[in-house]
Amino acid sequence: MIPFEYRRAEDTDSAVAAVEEAPRAVFLAGGTNLVDHLKLGITAPEELVDVTALPLDTIESTPDGGLRIGATVRNSDLAASPPVRERYRALSLALLSGASAQLRNRATTGGNLLQRTRCPYFQEVTTPCNKRSPGTGCSALHGHNKNHAVLGASDSCVATHPSDMAVAMAALDGTVHVRSSRDERTIPVTELHRLPGEQPHRDTVLERGELITAVDLPPLPEGTYTAYRKVRERASYAFALVSVAAVLRVANGVIDDVRLAFGGLAHKPWRAGTAEERLRGAIPEEATFREAAEAELSVARPLADNAFKIPLARNTLGAVLRDLTTEVLR
Amino acid sequence: MERPVTLHVDGTARKLSVDTRTTLLDALREQLAVTASKKGCDHGQCGACTVLLDGRRVLACLVLAVTCDRSEVTTADGLGGSGSPHPVQRALLEHDGLQCGYCTPGQACSAVGMLDEAKAGWPSAVTEDPRQNVELTEDEIRERMSGNLCRCGAYPNIVAALREAIR
Amino acid sequence: MTQDVGSGAVGSPVERLDGQAKVTGNAPYAFEQLTEGAVYLHPLRAPVARGRVTEMDTSAAEAVGGVRAILLAGQVEQLDTRDRELAVLQSREVAFRGQYVGAVLATTPENARHAASLVRVSCAASPPDVALEGDRADLYAPEVVNPRFGTDTEQGDTDSAFEEAAYFIDRTYRTPMEHNNPMEPHATVAHWDGGELSLYDSTQGAHSVRATLAPLFGLPTDRVRVQAPHVGGGFGSKGLPHANVVLAALAARSVPGTPVKFAVTRQQIFTVAGHRTPTIQRIRLGATRSGELTAITHDVVEHTSRIKEFAEQTAVPTRNMYRAANRRTTHRLAALDVPVPSWMRAPGECPGMFALESAVDEMARECGQDPVEFRIRNEPSEDPETGLPFSSHNLATCLRRGAEGFGWYDRNAPARSSPDAAGWIPGVGVAASTYPVFRSPGSRALVLAEGSGRYRVSIGAVDIGTGARTALTQIAADALGTEVSAIDLRIADTALPYANVAGGSSGTTCWGTAIHEAAGKLRAEHGSAPLPGASAEGETTSNPESGRFAMHAYGAQFAEVRVHADTGEVRVPRMLGVFAVGRVINPRTARSQFLGGMTMGLSMALHEEAVLDHELGHVVNQDLAEYHIATNADVGAIEITWLDEQDPHVNPMGSKGIGEIGIVGTAAAVANAVQHATGVRVRQLPITPDKLIS
Repeated sequence: MIPFEYRRAEDTDSAVAAVEEAPRAVFLAGGTNLVDHLKLGITAPEELVDVTALPLDTIESTPDGGLRIGATVRNSDLAASPPVRERYRALSLALLSGASAQLRNRATTGGNLLQRTRCPYFQEVTTPCNKRSPGTGCSALHGHNKNHAVLGASDSCVATHPSDMAVAMAALDGTVHVRSSRDERTIPVTELHRLPGEQPHRDTVLERGELITAVDLPPLPEGTYTAYRKVRERASYAFALVSVAAVLRVANGVIDDVRLAFGGLAHKPWRAGTAEERLRGAIPEEATFREAAEAELSVARPLADNAFKIPLARNTLGAVLRDLTTEVLR
Repeated sequence: MERPVTLHVDGTARKLSVDTRTTLLDALREQLAVTASKKGCDHGQCGACTVLLDGRRVLACLVLAVTCDRSEVTTADGLGGSGSPHPVQRALLEHDGLQCGYCTPGQACSAVGMLDEAKAGWPSAVTEDPRQNVELTEDEIRERMSGNLCRCGAYPNIVAALREAIR
Repeated sequence: MTQDVGSGAVGSPVERLDGQAKVTGNAPYAFEQLTEGAVYLHPLRAPVARGRVTEMDTSAAEAVGGVRAILLAGQVEQLDTRDRELAVLQSREVAFRGQYVGAVLATTPENARHAASLVRVSCAASPPDVALEGDRADLYAPEVVNPRFGTDTEQGDTDSAFEEAAYFIDRTYRTPMEHNNPMEPHATVAHWDGGELSLYDSTQGAHSVRATLAPLFGLPTDRVRVQAPHVGGGFGSKGLPHANVVLAALAARSVPGTPVKFAVTRQQIFTVAGHRTPTIQRIRLGATRSGELTAITHDVVEHTSRIKEFAEQTAVPTRNMYRAANRRTTHRLAALDVPVPSWMRAPGECPGMFALESAVDEMARECGQDPVEFRIRNEPSEDPETGLPFSSHNLATCLRRGAEGFGWYDRNAPARSSPDAAGWIPGVGVAASTYPVFRSPGSRALVLAEGSGRYRVSIGAVDIGTGARTALTQIAADALGTEVSAIDLRIADTALPYANVAGGSSGTTCWGTAIHEAAGKLRAEHGSAPLPGASAEGETTSNPESGRFAMHAYGAQFAEVRVHADTGEVRVPRMLGVFAVGRVINPRTARSQFLGGMTMGLSMALHEEAVLDHELGHVVNQDLAEYHIATNADVGAIEITWLDEQDPHVNPMGSKGIGEIGIVGTAAAVANAVQHATGVRVRQLPITPDKLIS
């Protein structure tokens, strides 16, 4: 850990200016990922700009009936907040199935979105890793890759994104608000994270100095149900092998609205557009769920140790939709 | 790069100068000789360093001390106030919810934080209906305490102790 | 043997004597000593798995503020040892990735870590060989297996017996490399002062650390003092001193007068603190039509490191667990570019009984017999290997009582039930546990009368969380005919009389016997009300009855599982363990030992697996986020009971060891239950969703 300066930002303008001006400054929020990485030597910033005192810690209803979630809202507060529990159950569940209570008490909305992969080669600085040290190669491609990507990976990087929250936000059509010294812009959650391609060191489309300030969730129409299911190797406190976030609305016996996202399968939350297309307008039944999942996963490309993720993802998606349908029809 | 901070540790104001890189855990253990918070992994993966920071349970190994200026830090040593153990600690003793004792102070702090979270109505991943208030069943306690690993395997005794502490 | 005076202390559920200090965080562990003026050690580690260090550039590191010393491999004082694990920094050869090749000492932990990261270590590397396979051409037979069992055994003619058998199975089971991972990482505070070395160390044996380190540094043992006031678990990994202790002492000698603090990081634990070898175990069983075993073979392949041999005694329990006229057990090793394996809770029994108890379950099904009844039917009446009678043998009672308590006979006989509404399929399984009664001679205890009915009892034993502090106090109280509160027990210091390592589930036997002897002598020489200052010393000898009896503890474990039909997730909502372990000294802490063993066994069954990268040679999942140990949510209800077993032959207390037997058999009980639920037999641990998904 190289010595670094610490600055507590008092307002958003000065925070973004500070990071923009200093080439090796980074934002510090909850620290649950960054402090870990400082110790491991994955990153070596010269300045930390603490954004936790900025006025970005509120959860507010938007005029259209949606929700605006501040970037520094702690994960535990978000999971417990009444509007999230009542209207966006998948998000509450996703948050609660991530990490542990202690970590959720620190981790923030923005930090959770920007957390980096748990690929163990990425974390061990003496091994080749294109994400950590571009051009050195990918150790996981032919190494131990049980927890790695089956969708959208490249030969440069087969890492997965570890967030649960982001998977739920992707299914809920969330929008990320981003601020720089020049402008403000919005990015759909589904477009925030990149696929690795030839530049796996870039996790997201954010530019240097851009700060996430909030995430908006659009309102869910009456009769819409949501769910989040995480499959992992321990009953708690473990990253997903596969997770599924689902939004479902059934009208007149057919699927009227469906939005699905997978976690644990790709370098980003994987919005399952192909499956959604197959399901929209269909009668909600087991065979259809399976067919839709298989269509989505037909482009999956397993590595030596992770072929199991494909049937696991198919089955988990099927189970989530089956349970949601039961709930809808109740 | 050193910075002065004041930490209110177990009810006592402590002024110290910290390297910006120093974690709250190392500041407590190495600079203040407050060793109730334990270092088990130093990376947020075991829970042994759990303390209450301004009343919330957090992992001291992932918090930089420089960010804690003027904060209240409660370790297992300060949970009960004035020298006597907290009811949660007393219950852990009675149910032998410990063996080597290394995860135990973190378990105690975590449990106290957990009880407050439940009192505030926070759901967990196993709460049947997150819209309802929670009852701390055994399954709820297990899930909520899963951020504190115990290699000696005292979990069933910890759960029994916390069930009693709730009553 | 002498009899206890019997104050009733032994057998009562005394609350853990150091409990209050532990729950409030006031019990001091090794790293929490001598902080004033100390310097911090951060090690340099080999970035390759095989080769040699060619260059170490320290210029950038030296410029970091507060750096006091930098030690480099090949440039330190010579240590007197042939043990290449402990020959720390003696050469620049690299035998495994992550091996210590240097160290930085600095006045703060931040600067030590930072400076260490700036040392550029260059190596000449060749591709490592870390993959264990059963058909490697270089497998060899070690001279003995841990601790000194014969490598192979053969009785009768197994080949003919298999040919004649009505039922025959031939199965291969695998267990992965596993790491002990006590919650307290290995830590040492080392201090050289005037030619004397003092250590606070997180160890299972203060005296064994001293006995190892003193000759290494060319010192008489009385110039070395080791203290281990509280130890945050060990499970075998702190049983033998590892390279970290030597490195701390070596570094301390470079800054005499200044304490050096060295806590091994969690990541480093995966390479320098021992591990359980992976095993490949082929088991063949033959049985008659009526379900009597006629032949058993158990052939084990495992790894060791290239620089030091450790041969886990995996097939040893198969030598006396079941009756069969024809039997063969073998152990073969591959010496690889891997870290040095060592003890992990119940070495031998733990992985070996996973395979044997899975195979026995498979054979019971083959024979169409109930797995509980099948085991009882095949119980030996004497030790099949030596012909000696058992000092006590109550496995059948454990199985029967367990079956009753668990509701075993109410289960669905056929495997593969259908899932419930939430998708979970139930199943139950059983397995037997066993662990030998070990007793090493040499532990000594001193009992001193302090007047007013109080006694000071001194022995250099350690309490690594077992409850030894409490149990030994109870034994002393009983032997002295007084109350627990009248005993002032002093442990955990080499300034106190010699005590064996806390290992082999023999601590209470070795230390308790010495205390018992000392107390007996004090009473014999000074009566029941000795004057202040009267004292007596006792020593544990070899058990005079060990040549006349086979001595083992037994148990039966039952597990209920649920397997999710869609995802292959496994949950274990309920377990029951019934044990026959002689006399239980403290029911409260003993129950915790069994719970802990079974919990670790459950963790082994479902979670634990260290993965070696075949090209880079390191443990890929080298932290607690990726190397999973059971969390609270993974552990359901566990019920523990034990028999009221009398065994006058094992030691004066009549107690057998309890620290390890709890982990033996658990994984098989879970695997057998998973088979019952799903019809899928998982022969390779851990039982993770990928092995059950379809």
